[in-house]
Amino acid sequence: MATFSNETTFLFGRLNWDAVPKEPIVWATFVAVAIGGAALLAVLTKYRLWGWLWREWFTSVDHKKIGIMYVVLALIMFVRGFADAVMMRLQQVWAFGGSEGYLNSHHYDQIFTAHGVIMIFFVAMPFITGLMNYVVPLQIGARDVSFPFLNNFSFWMTVGGAIITMVSLFVGEYAQTGWLAFPPLSGIGYSPWVGVDYYIWGLQVAGVGTTLSGINLLVTILKMRAPGMTMMRMPIFTWTSFCANILIVASFPVLTMTLILLTLDRYVGTNFFTNDLGGNPMMYINLIWIWGHPEVYILILPLFGVFSEVTSTFSGKRLFGYSSMVYATVCITVLSYLVWLHHFFTMGSGASVNSFFGITTMIISIPTGAKLFNWLFTMYRGRIRYELPMMWTVAFMLTFVVGGMTGVLLAVPPADFVLHNSLFLIAHFHNVIIGGVLFGLFAAINFWWPKAFGFKLDVFWGKVSFWFWVVGFWVAFMPLYVLGLMGVTRRLRVFDDPDLRIWFAIAAFGAVLIACGIAAMFVQFGVSILRRNRADYRDVTGDPWDGRTLEWATSSPPPDYNFAFNPISHGLDSWWEMKQAGVPRPTAGFMDIHMPRGTGTGVILAALSTVCGLALVWYIWWLAALSFLGIIAVSIAHTFNYNRDYYILVSEVQATEDARTRQLAQGA
Amino acid sequence: MKRKDKIIRFAGLSLLIPLAACKAEVLAPAGDVAARQRDLLVMSTLLMLIIIVPVMALTVWFALKYRAKNRAADYAPDWDHSTKLEFVIWAAPLLIIISLGALTWVGTHLLDPYRRLDRISEDVPAAHDMQPLRVEVVAMDWKWLFIYPEQGIATVNELAVPVDRPVEFTLTSTSVMNAFYIPAMAGMIYAMPGMQTKLHGVFNNPGEYKGIASHYSGHGFSGMHFKTFATDEAGFDAFIEKTRAGGGTLDRARYLQLEAPSENVPPMQFAKVDPTLFQRVVNMCVAEGKMCMAEMMAIDRQGGAGLAGTMNTAPSHDAQARGSRAPVLGWSPFQVASYCTPEDSALMFGRTAQVVQAPMDLTPLRGRALTPPRSALAPSHDNDVTQLDPAPGQARNF
Repeated sequence: MATFSNETTFLFGRLNWDAVPKEPIVWATFVAVAIGGAALLAVLTKYRLWGWLWREWFTSVDHKKIGIMYVVLALIMFVRGFADAVMMRLQQVWAFGGSEGYLNSHHYDQIFTAHGVIMIFFVAMPFITGLMNYVVPLQIGARDVSFPFLNNFSFWMTVGGAIITMVSLFVGEYAQTGWLAFPPLSGIGYSPWVGVDYYIWGLQVAGVGTTLSGINLLVTILKMRAPGMTMMRMPIFTWTSFCANILIVASFPVLTMTLILLTLDRYVGTNFFTNDLGGNPMMYINLIWIWGHPEVYILILPLFGVFSEVTSTFSGKRLFGYSSMVYATVCITVLSYLVWLHHFFTMGSGASVNSFFGITTMIISIPTGAKLFNWLFTMYRGRIRYELPMMWTVAFMLTFVVGGMTGVLLAVPPADFVLHNSLFLIAHFHNVIIGGVLFGLFAAINFWWPKAFGFKLDVFWGKVSFWFWVVGFWVAFMPLYVLGLMGVTRRLRVFDDPDLRIWFAIAAFGAVLIACGIAAMFVQFGVSILRRNRADYRDVTGDPWDGRTLEWATSSPPPDYNFAFNPISHGLDSWWEMKQAGVPRPTAGFMDIHMPRGTGTGVILAALSTVCGLALVWYIWWLAALSFLGIIAVSIAHTFNYNRDYYILVSEVQATEDARTRQLAQGA
Repeated sequence: MKRKDKIIRFAGLSLLIPLAACKAEVLAPAGDVAARQRDLLVMSTLLMLIIIVPVMALTVWFALKYRAKNRAADYAPDWDHSTKLEFVIWAAPLLIIISLGALTWVGTHLLDPYRRLDRISEDVPAAHDMQPLRVEVVAMDWKWLFIYPEQGIATVNELAVPVDRPVEFTLTSTSVMNAFYIPAMAGMIYAMPGMQTKLHGVFNNPGEYKGIASHYSGHGFSGMHFKTFATDEAGFDAFIEKTRAGGGTLDRARYLQLEAPSENVPPMQFAKVDPTLFQRVVNMCVAEGKMCMAEMMAIDRQGGAGLAGTMNTAPSHDAQARGSRAPVLGWSPFQVASYCTPEDSALMFGRTAQVVQAPMDLTPLRGRALTPPRSALAPSHDNDVTQLDPAPGQARNF
């Protein structure tokens, strides 16, 4: 158990030697991370990559590079989040028959909190933001997003939030409250040390990034579509991204505000969510779910778009029911704001309130069901090529319906009264988040990787990963449904009833299978990178899958300017129609292209924000004030930076396009 | 109709036999409320399978039939719309959801945890004059306190109830949010500090069942469970007698000791209990000299105590206790001192609050048997935790 003291000194706030973790597991992790980190730094220094990284990546405002960096961040955090999951599975299969397992409650409770927070905020969110960042401007025929600098800044704020969250592993502690930090448990009275403060500031810093990137993509989609691309000609992925970003812009401020109120309670002694003196913890639970429920649709909607694109492309067919797909997406967007109370039917609202929210929840399954049928009828009378993205899509369709069904079950209040907070609930949301969001992201990675890097991913290792993942998922989570029906609650650390153990053992085995799937995925990346120049991997056409939307019209990887000329859209599936009509690729008559210039301001601002967040966690007031003033000063200074754009000269455009012409001729 | 229900239930249950064999208490409960909740669970599942199974079958069928290698299958690359199909794919889920919605509306009202039970078991309606056993439940760090106000006893981490007699739980918590759940008896409900919730349930089969905390509440959460003994009336009386004979008094001082965090607490019994204790817990004024919330709200309702009210604080009774707050930039822990004279307190707590029993309507399960929904936003009487009934002949509370 951690000992702690909130006594502060001027220089270090409440930071002192107590902040060094006592658990050997954390020490071993620290050593591993330190060695790995040192090795990475050594490699970067040896090959003199620092300048290249800084110029070409960190300070880049190119939406493609920022998109890739988001996905790299998500993959790194995914490893951490998954390690947490494996530790939980191990503890839960260990701690039977009087055994305490290998994790004490202080450590275990941090792990399940961190697992939830990291997987949602620092894996799923960066993953989809990265994906939207990369694909949306290409799909709408734009050269970048509306606010390129803001895009870079948003990314680094997300990194800042992730850093604050990761620092808690080695300095101090993380929250022991569950991933939504319900008060009064998360109040200063019951969580007096730094855990919840790490939680708050990690999410606040990252939340700035998420909100700004939502605004950015929203404006991009509204204002930067290619000529001729009306709203009802937008590719379906762009539509779902559009709706997801509306949700981001409308719901993340609620999260920010809720956390600010919690912060005030913790730091200055207000009573918004306290037990006494007029506070009301139920208000926090309402507010956080008013953000939290739209959040799950923020995660899933873009992936619905991915599945639509993949199904249509690999079935070699137009998407069935495009307009009904769009209306279904919009329905889900609106309805997602009317269901939040289904997360706490058991809080004791009256029967009428509970039935209202139960029924609105069920209504969401109607447009969702319509979408599923649309994918089915896109496959109907198609010529389905089973490349990896399509395999993930079929796995999604079969997995997601089960998660959807258990979700509707949980929306029936009397059924929820017996299943709420149980492992059945855990199984349900992993069923939709893994089966929907993650499977979709894997489909997307396999689908758009050739576009991003110019070579395809290895199929063999992709299939190995696919089968381990899909089988692993079912083995890991079906036992949790069973345990839920046996009345087993989530977040338990030790168990008495020996009958439960077998189910936890099966679930742990499933986690091992998933681990193999993750390992195979990284092997797949490695193998593909090594073989990137082989003819069967190389993509010279820019259109390896016989695609339909504009991103496949340009080269793989696309040039900095994406399109030498603004493409013109004459209908849905613009690129497909161009191919059908045999529109020739323009090879002459180029002009200078106006582009935004990279800047380090985003990195600096985010670094200052991270320092400010950490200083606030540890009550180091002078540092917090200094870094906050730094943020203001740098922001003002940035407004005087007029060196923000440049032209790609026509000669360079001509050279790039000529090279592509030669490449296409070679490939043909 | 009845027979059809049975068939549906049998069909549903037969799918789940392998599970029931391994103590799936949710699916094989021992009480009528949990059984009805289970039935609703099974019926909803079956309703949804009507659409889920065909979808899964179609997915597999289309996925196989229209694979690129199968050149015999039709290929219609530009076919992307069919009004008839669109109609079906929106209408089919809609119909299922309409049925499920109706089921939900009725089920939610009938099984509202605040609603008094209208039946003991499937075939036995509750008698008009049957009084439920009242149990007051306090979720503590990390154990459960049960107060039997009518019997005047209290237990920790051990609950005994007679079978076939409805039980009315009134719940609160001392520190953080929790949820009270006996899977074999009835669904769960939150227990929240400074607030009061209600749950009605009944056991039909005698036996020993597990009771759990089903909302994470801190480090000792895993050990926060209790045994529930469902016995016949004689067994229950014997339990009461045994507890009374065992001695021990749960007064306010003892309660404050008990409130301190402790884990994996073995069962305890108290032969006597302060009759005002539960109301004091809900009003967060067990500690001596602390103003009860009901009093604070009554003062506020009349316009507050003005500037004088801000001075009316005393240092917190235990600044080191869990839950005591000293924000770094805020105030040091304090409590609002009570204005009440001992006479006022006696008026307020000298009796237990009258339990208002809603008149019971035993009409069978039809829409008209339900309590008509009040305005969703209006506070219902049951939720108004601060309400204390005026003593006889007294116009105001205190």
